[in-house]
This record gives sequence, structure tokens and C-alpha cells, in this order.
Amino acid sequence: MNEATLETPFEMPADAQNPVEPFLRMDRMPHIWCPGCGIGTTVNCFTRALLDSKADLDKVAVVSGIGCTGRVAGYANLDSFHTTHGRAIPFATGLKLANPELQVVVYSGDGDLFAIGGNHFIHAARRNMDLKVICVNNLTYAMTGGQTGPATPSHVISATSPYGVFEPSFNLVQLAEAAGAAYVARWTTYHVKQLARSMEEVMKKKGFCFIEVISPCPTLYQRRNKMGDGLDTMKFYKQMSKTRNGAPTSECALTKAGEIVVGKFVDRDRPGYFEMMSAQMHETLGDRYASPEVMCSEC
Amino acid sequence: MQADAKGVLTGVHFLDGDHACCEGTLAAGARFAAGYPITPSTEVVERFAQRIPTVGGVFIQMEDELAASIAIQGAVWGGAKAFTVTSGPGFSLMMEHIGYAAMTETPCVFVNVQRGGPSTGLPTLPAQADMMQAKWGSHGDYGIVALCPNSPQECFDLTITGFNIAEEFRVPVLMMLDECVGHMTEKVVIPEAEQLEITPRRYTKLPPEEFRLYEPREDMVPDMVRAGAGYRFHVTGLTHDERGYPSMNVETQDRSVRRLVDKLKPFSNGRALFETEDLEDAQVVVVSYGITSRVAQRAIQLARAQGIKAGKFRIISAWPFPDQAIDALAGRVKAFVVPELNLGQMVHEVARVAAGRAKVIPVTHAGGTVHNPEVILNAIVEAAR
Ligand SMILES: Cc1ncc(C[n+]2csc(CCOP(=O)(O)OP(=O)(O)O)c2C)c(N)n1
Ligand code: SF4
Ligand SMILES: [Mg+2]
Repeated sequence: MNEATLETPFEMPADAQNPVEPFLRMDRMPHIWCPGCGIGTTVNCFTRALLDSKADLDKVAVVSGIGCTGRVAGYANLDSFHTTHGRAIPFATGLKLANPELQVVVYSGDGDLFAIGGNHFIHAARRNMDLKVICVNNLTYAMTGGQTGPATPSHVISATSPYGVFEPSFNLVQLAEAAGAAYVARWTTYHVKQLARSMEEVMKKKGFCFIEVISPCPTLYQRRNKMGDGLDTMKFYKQMSKTRNGAPTSECALTKAGEIVVGKFVDRDRPGYFEMMSAQMHETLGDRYASPEVMCSEC
Repeated sequence: MQADAKGVLTGVHFLDGDHACCEGTLAAGARFAAGYPITPSTEVVERFAQRIPTVGGVFIQMEDELAASIAIQGAVWGGAKAFTVTSGPGFSLMMEHIGYAAMTETPCVFVNVQRGGPSTGLPTLPAQADMMQAKWGSHGDYGIVALCPNSPQECFDLTITGFNIAEEFRVPVLMMLDECVGHMTEKVVIPEAEQLEITPRRYTKLPPEEFRLYEPREDMVPDMVRAGAGYRFHVTGLTHDERGYPSMNVETQDRSVRRLVDKLKPFSNGRALFETEDLEDAQVVVVSYGITSRVAQRAIQLARAQGIKAGKFRIISAWPFPDQAIDALAGRVKAFVVPELNLGQMVHEVARVAAGRAKVIPVTHAGGTVHNPEVILNAIVEAAR
């Protein structure tokens, strides 16, 4: 953090409230994230998206896996679930199917969603499960100390690749599209407006939606790779990112220091899991099919 | 098939244990199942997949057992009663989520139709070698309840009991079948829905401002809520305080882990489920469960015919172990004979409780088939000497 940002330009009124406060569990502040970390920025965008989408917050649930990003669930003042490492998506699948009126948001890290949880990601996308998946991609396993992950670009130095990563990384947006996602976008934490807008958009879109947010981990990733602090990373994002809405996802792979293609790449309509299930059941069972919409354990 | 609106297939049927177990889940009110195919357990969810669309619920075949065992927990917090089914290798994969269910106090049911292990082992043949795994397989200290049916009828009845216990104590309940019980076909009587006792989920009556997700009642069990009801609650597998918020506090850890284990104490004592026969004058008690209890029955008869005072103690709730009942016997019998389809698992519990007061004789078997009753008889004869 740089000195200037610590100065308070004016006296805060005692009852001043940040408009995002109602969306957060203020009794859990301060949060655990480091200065300059991008996760908080994404949460800010998320709360603004919730505000703007006018969603009924009692019907929005957040499901996270494990990691720095996984802690988002704990700060969101919503029904929120901090599950196990990699398993946010299958947990969210059960939650959504049992209670279809919920808007279920999966909020997790690149390692959680694409290494240990990679299998669940592709299958939920294939099924077009009605989940909104937000991946904070800091290009590393941050929580455990900055090890190589499935999204870490080649030549990056990490705790487990002290001589540089040599295995190829996933292009997450291409993977999401290929697996069947209905909506695919990528932004960086520099693009707060665009990110908030994408988040608002997916709150209204049916089907499996995926937003990748490239985000700094100054404590581990940037420091180890001599890429500066949080502010330097913002400058890097600003300089290197190029908005190309509708760009073929195959052209959006990330490298250590190269261009970052951002934008909305995919926005298509595919029948969702629930729709397909009821269509099939109606076709084969006719009137005998009992729609599972109301599930009630008191019954 | 004609089931009533509640999914109860009232009538007299000829069913195998797996199918009877499925009917038990439906009768108990389960409306969500997630599974991944594995012999010899798949029949449970195959039947569920066939039955549930007309009852009103969801079956989803997940991409693996990790997914299945956590999807059911999402469904529970969404308001459904839910379960998954597996065997050996799949049970191993589910361990982390048994721990998650115990830690987050998510009421749900795991059915494990035991087959020969280790590893892929004997996919189509019986064993009872997952008994210790059921208790200790996930990391950390935690509590679960494990039930061992020994007939298709009991697969139906005990599955309902299992769901009821899950709701009452907010725990994962493990139905520990074995391949023989899962695949044997017998008469199964399913009563009318009104005659079944079904424990509803204990939802809080407090308004959101006053409600705390992990505030235990007097019975040490907290009330439930479900997502979407306006409570804005947080669930985590991290050590958490009564609000459900993560805590790194050593006292919180001590308090919560002890409660997770202690709330199930009734099953060591008065709530333990077991069946006994000929214990009044018994000098040798055969302790067994599942399919082995049916083989042991024959051995006990043969021993009695020889004039040996043998008796039967059939474990039904294996975990928590029925300490009190075994303890009462240990003071007055000469020996316990413990046949199981493993190289000695529950026998360690019998020995722990007997604490040297009676001889404890294991009758081991690596699985693949059942014991020869003669082998158990020989152990009884030896014990009586
Ligand atoms: C089964 C299991 N394996 C490993 C871990 C340790 N672990 C915790 S967080 C994490 C990586 C998280 O990386 P990512 O998902 O990218 O989240 P970030 O911390 O970068 O936000 C790992 C490996 C775990 N909690 N559970
Ligand atoms: S370690 Fe990295 S990702 Fe985690 S809070 Fe710190 S800056 Fe953020
Ligand atoms: Mg990461």
C-alpha cells in the first residue's frame, strides 16, 4: 500500500456508511485479505451488481470452495456456504436443484475451480446447470503460499516452481466455452465497471455463466515475480488489457507479461438442466410426472 | 407399482436389500439423491431414478463420489432430505464430505453396500471391512451414526430410522449394508404412510435477528434453517462459533468438537439399537452384525444343541458403539465370540468395553463369502471350555 492512500482527505461523518455495507457481514470486519489484494475489489463489484440487479437478497446464495477467494462466502451477508476445496460447484448443484428459486452464485479461486474442482466445472457447464460462477484468477494458489496452479502462466516463479513454470496453463474462458457455458466473460480488477455490469448481467441470465476476474496477489505472485505492488498491477492491467467483446476464446490465452484480452466472449441460449429434465420426464411420463419444484422436508 | 402421494409403496413385496433401502429413503421423505455407479450398491439409486419422477424430487448422477457426497449436502441446506449411495472405493472418496457433514451438522444419509477390499478388491462379493473407516475415515474427531441391517426388511425399516436419526441429531448417518444383504431377496412389508414415524427437520422458530445457527438446544443439537428463508446464515467447515463464523480460538475448538461427539452419547447407552437372544443364561455371547449375524445364528443353535450356553448379541447401531449393553454383559459372561467379514474390526470395541473381564475371541474372514457356521461354532466351543 502506498502512503498517499492512507491519508483521509476529509473528516468522515460518524454515521457514514458505505453503500455496500448492507451486503457484507460487517461484524466480521476486518477481513483477512492483504493490502492491494484484488479479491475485495471483486466483492465490491459483486455487491454493486446485487444492488443494481435489484435481486431479492433472501433468495441469493453464495457458495465458495477453499482459498483466499473461498473466504468471500464468509463476508457476504447472504445465505453463504464455505464448502470443501474444489467442491463448491457440486454443492451448489444440490442446493439449486433442491431449491430452484434460489439464485446460486459460486465464488472461488482458479486452483479451487480448475485443479481439484476442474471435473465438476466441466460437468456443470455441460449440464448447463443454472449457476453463476465467478472465478478470481490470481494465477496461483494463494492461500497456501503461492504455488503453481492450473492457470499459472509459463515462466512464472512460484513456491513450487522456483525455476519457473514449464507446464502449459488452461485458458479458462476457452475451457468454459468448450464445456458448454451459456455466458463467458473476462475482466481484470482494473475493469470495475465492466465487471460489475457482467455480474449484474449474469444475475439475470439463465444457465451456466462464467466470469473470470484476473486479480492481483501482490503478497505472493507479484512479489515473487518482481511485478510490483497492487498499484503497479493496476497499471499493468490497464496497459496490457485489450477489450475485445466476442473475441474467439481460443485467442484469449494468458501469458506472464503479454496482452490480456478482456470482454464478454460468449452469450448464448442453451436449455438448462431443469428444463431438459422436465421436458424429458413430461415426454415419457406425461401426467404422472410430479414436478420437483417444491421440496419440503417437513412433508 | 402403485405408491401413494408420499412415495410410500405400501404392501407386501419381494425385494432385495438395495431396493428395500431405496423404498426406505422414499418413505422417509428423501426427495434428492446423488450417486455415482458402483457395484454392489447402484441398484439403490437405479430404483430411485425410476421412482422419484412420479413422487416429485430429483435424482442426479454426478461425475464422481466427491461430487455426489457434497451435492446431497447442498440439497439438504436447500430444504430437501437427501442421500447418496456407494461401495468401497466410492466410500473412500466420500470421506472428506462425511467430515464436512459432521462438522457443519448437515443431516444426511450415506449408504455403503460393503464389498471386499482393499482397493477395487472384490466388486461383487461381500465384506464388512469398512466398519472402522465408517467411524474414523475422515480426518479429525467427529461423530457419526452407523446402522447395520441384516435383511431386506431391515434395509427398509432402518433406512427410515437412519433418516430420523440424521434429523434428530443433525448428523450424517451411515447405512452399512454388505453385498449379501444388499442382494438377497426376501419378503418386505411396507406399512401405510400414516403408520410410519417420520422425524421432520427441526427448523428454528426464532426470527432471523435472534437465530444463531450453531446454538445448541438442551439436547446439544442446534435447530436448522434452510437457504432462501431470510436467515442469511453462514455455513463453514472451518471451526466455527455459535453464529457459524470461523474461529481460531482454542476454546471454541474444544467446545464444538466435544459437542459434535457428545451429542451422540445416547447411542452408547439407552438409544443403542441391538437384538439379543438367549442371553439370560449365556456363558458365551456371539457378537455380530449384518449378514454375519445370520450365519452366527446357525452356530449358536448348533452350540445350544451341544449343551453350550451360547447367546446372541446382534449389533444394529454399530457407531457409536453400544458400550452400555456390552459392558453389562462383560461382567457376567465367560467370553465374547466376534465373527466379522474382516480381519478384526468391531472386535476391538468389544475388547475395549470388556476390558479383560471376559475373553474376546475374533473369528476373522477376509471377505468374498460368508463364514462357515462350523468355524464360528468351533470358536464358541473353544470359548466355553
Ligand atoms: C483437499 C484439500 N487439499 C488442499 C487444501 C489446501 N488448500 C487450501 S486453499 C488451496 C489453494 C487455493 O487456491 P485458489 O483456489 O486459486 O484460491 P486463492 O487462495 O488463490 O484465492 C489449497 C491447495 C485443502 N484445503 N483441501
Ligand atoms: S495472499 Fe494474495 S490472494 Fe490471498 S489475500 Fe493476500 S494478496 Fe489476496
Ligand atoms: Mg488462486
